[in-house]
Amino acid sequence: MNVKKAQSFVTQNAIYIVLVLLIMGIIIYDPNFMSINTLRDVLIQSSTRVIIALGVAFILITAGTDLSAGRVVGFTAVISASMLQIPDYSRRFFPDLPQVEVILPIAIAIIAGLLCGLINGIVVSKLHVPPFIATLGTMLIVYGLNSLYFDMDPNQSQPIGGLRPDFTKIGSGFIGSGQYSIPYIVLIALAVAAIVWVVFNKTKLGKNMYAIGGNMQAAKVSGIDVSKNLIYIYAIAGALYGLAGVLEAARTGGATNNYGNMYELDAIAACVVGGVSTTGGIGTVPGVLVGVIIFTLINYGLTFIGISPYYQLIIKGLIIIAAVAFDMRKYSSKK
Amino acid sequence: MEKAEFLLEMNNITKEFPGVKALDDVSLKVRPGSVHALMGENGAGKSTLMKCLFGIYSPDAGEIFLDGEKASISSSNDALKSGISMIHQELHPVPFRSVMENIWLGRFPTKGIGPIQFIDHKKMFTDTENLFKDLDIDLNPETLVGKLSVSKIQSIEIAKAVSFHSRVIVMDEPTSSLTSVEVEHLFRIIRDLRSRGVAIIYISHKMEEILAISDEVTIMRDGKKIGTWPAAELTTDLIISKMVGRELTSRFPERFNVPGEVYMKVEGLTSPEERSFKDVSFELRRGEVLGIGGLVGAQRTEVIEALFGLRALKSGTISIKGKDVTINSPKDAKKHGMALLTEERRVTGIFPVLSVHENGAIANLHRYQKPYFLLNSKKKKVEVDKMIEKLRTKTPTTKTLIMNLSGGNQQKVLLARWLLTEPEILLLDEPTRGIDVGAKFEIYSIIADLAQQGKSIIMISSEMPELLGMSDRVMVMSEGRLTGILEGEQATETEVMRLAAQH
Repeated sequence: MNVKKAQSFVTQNAIYIVLVLLIMGIIIYDPNFMSINTLRDVLIQSSTRVIIALGVAFILITAGTDLSAGRVVGFTAVISASMLQIPDYSRRFFPDLPQVEVILPIAIAIIAGLLCGLINGIVVSKLHVPPFIATLGTMLIVYGLNSLYFDMDPNQSQPIGGLRPDFTKIGSGFIGSGQYSIPYIVLIALAVAAIVWVVFNKTKLGKNMYAIGGNMQAAKVSGIDVSKNLIYIYAIAGALYGLAGVLEAARTGGATNNYGNMYELDAIAACVVGGVSTTGGIGTVPGVLVGVIIFTLINYGLTFIGISPYYQLIIKGLIIIAAVAFDMRKYSSKK
Repeated sequence: MEKAEFLLEMNNITKEFPGVKALDDVSLKVRPGSVHALMGENGAGKSTLMKCLFGIYSPDAGEIFLDGEKASISSSNDALKSGISMIHQELHPVPFRSVMENIWLGRFPTKGIGPIQFIDHKKMFTDTENLFKDLDIDLNPETLVGKLSVSKIQSIEIAKAVSFHSRVIVMDEPTSSLTSVEVEHLFRIIRDLRSRGVAIIYISHKMEEILAISDEVTIMRDGKKIGTWPAAELTTDLIISKMVGRELTSRFPERFNVPGEVYMKVEGLTSPEERSFKDVSFELRRGEVLGIGGLVGAQRTEVIEALFGLRALKSGTISIKGKDVTINSPKDAKKHGMALLTEERRVTGIFPVLSVHENGAIANLHRYQKPYFLLNSKKKKVEVDKMIEKLRTKTPTTKTLIMNLSGGNQQKVLLARWLLTEPEILLLDEPTRGIDVGAKFEIYSIIADLAQQGKSIIMISSEMPELLGMSDRVMVMSEGRLTGILEGEQATETEVMRLAAQH
């Protein structure tokens, strides 16, 4: 009996065990890894990724997928940065743009993200295009639009820099001081996570989301307007990507059209590692948080001990495959 | 070599799942050339036992012997190679391929030289033709499976089993989707197989059939074997009492409902599809159970799907309480007080990976809404769980995933889901299909109760005793047309059959 229970525990939590071992391995290799500074850095790097992963989680739970997430992040980073440069910067995107309230370009960028998501939602639910294909299409379209915008005169594809301090403060500022200061960006990520948790668990939209992913036909019969709900879900995800893009621009102090490249893959991987099932109907906010942090820890840790980024790609790929393989075992034929 | 008395022996099989002991030291011995019925309430362990036999599950304890020799079966492949075939309750053929490809899947005959082999379609065709001739099945091997009726698909499965030279064929609820003509055909095939020395394990709830076709009957209850008896020694009442452990005086509850005024009127319902329903008109009164009888293919499900907004209408009107209504979606239907329990709960009913509670709550969320999009979790939990309990659903907790419940209990959760919406009209499509006797009675009682409260109920049923025992009036459909509405003494099995076979 105990052997069986142990076996079952290992299968259910295999991916966490492997990752914990990996992290322990890194710490043993270089004990300096364990420090408040490391933790803070990891949390900062995780923050925008958490927001993107939460957006992707909405869609994964409906048994869909969103390949456009990364490009939307890049799009909104560029949009917000292009309107928030200091007035005496030599290579302004809009040379004659007056100084507007910081919130305005941020809102515009987030709305742009929402619109991208809205289009995804409409294509998926009204045109009945499978999410993989729909978001593949929008991924390319958004990148194209972003690049056209980025290439406009007078910018002509120069990296957008010279961002206003009242904007970059959001990305790099913190409350408190010294070792235990908490970056704003981490607080924002936590706030978003809390709100998403409420949506998932305490709203009709959240329940509908799980139902649609769990059995779309049964959801229809139960009276759920599947189209409407999917459109809302994709739009919300788009808004989240938009927020993440804005934060990326603020954090790095700049933006190019290549921002966000392949971010969706990391986000999907983190979700899957965190227990979101690609077959739909299953996933939790704490799971996504754990998934992102573990992934970032590994990214960060492997760089810390000097492993080439190319090895990191291989390891990341293996983790993604392993995570889904174990995920499939959990819910398919029980022996 | 001495021929063993038993072709198949399953000895002391035990199987546990988290929280449930599905099989407790069960032994089953089946003779060659016999039809051995396996009966029991849902959750009794019949399907689990057969899944152990077929390699889908591995038993925690116990052994299986074939022809006196120990058999080690750890996959369906092993089972097939050992001569055991299973015809599942829910069939999953490959719909876009032909009949013959489905039969020979994985064993296509090939022709060629050495390593270069091509599929021999001609041989596959003639092999299949011969197989069908042998079993007296009327089917063209090249027909696409997706276009066939359940009965034909089942015949294909049996032919497949025979083509594997199976000596033990397990049939799980084989007649649940068959008309009586098709059942006779099936029985002919079974008797033929029996005379060839094949052992057939026949799982079913249908007493009359079991007594007609089996040689021996094994009854299970709560994961244990109660006993094995020759069919000749058993009667329906005896079987029922052994299955539920108590005397059941009647299969159907007494009904005190009094049908009242007309609540819903349906006129000239016609489907845009040529081969579907045409010109269906009827009235539904308050406090009545209107049964819909008919053969498979009569388009009964299609009609109630159209009423519920799941299917388009080319023409026709629906009026409720005298006012015309338009129903374009289940949401509209709900607004007009309708509820639908679909025919196949696994496909269109349950959310397998969600809990019993969430499955129950899903159609009623708007009643638990607080301002700012939030749900009143407490009210939701109390009301939903209360209803689930009211229907005597057997589940460890309401957090249990619904896929771990037996069919009958899943059906109860679905009923709870719809009862929570406080409907006036209930559309029930084969509400007790694949459900054990005890749970059936409970569901009948619930239906009777609802009718007495003045609700209007439409019930599609292919089980004649159920149709006649539970309905106030019986509407019969044949090939998409309404052929008659029977009431009182007119409603006999013969009359229903006559009307059902009219087109």
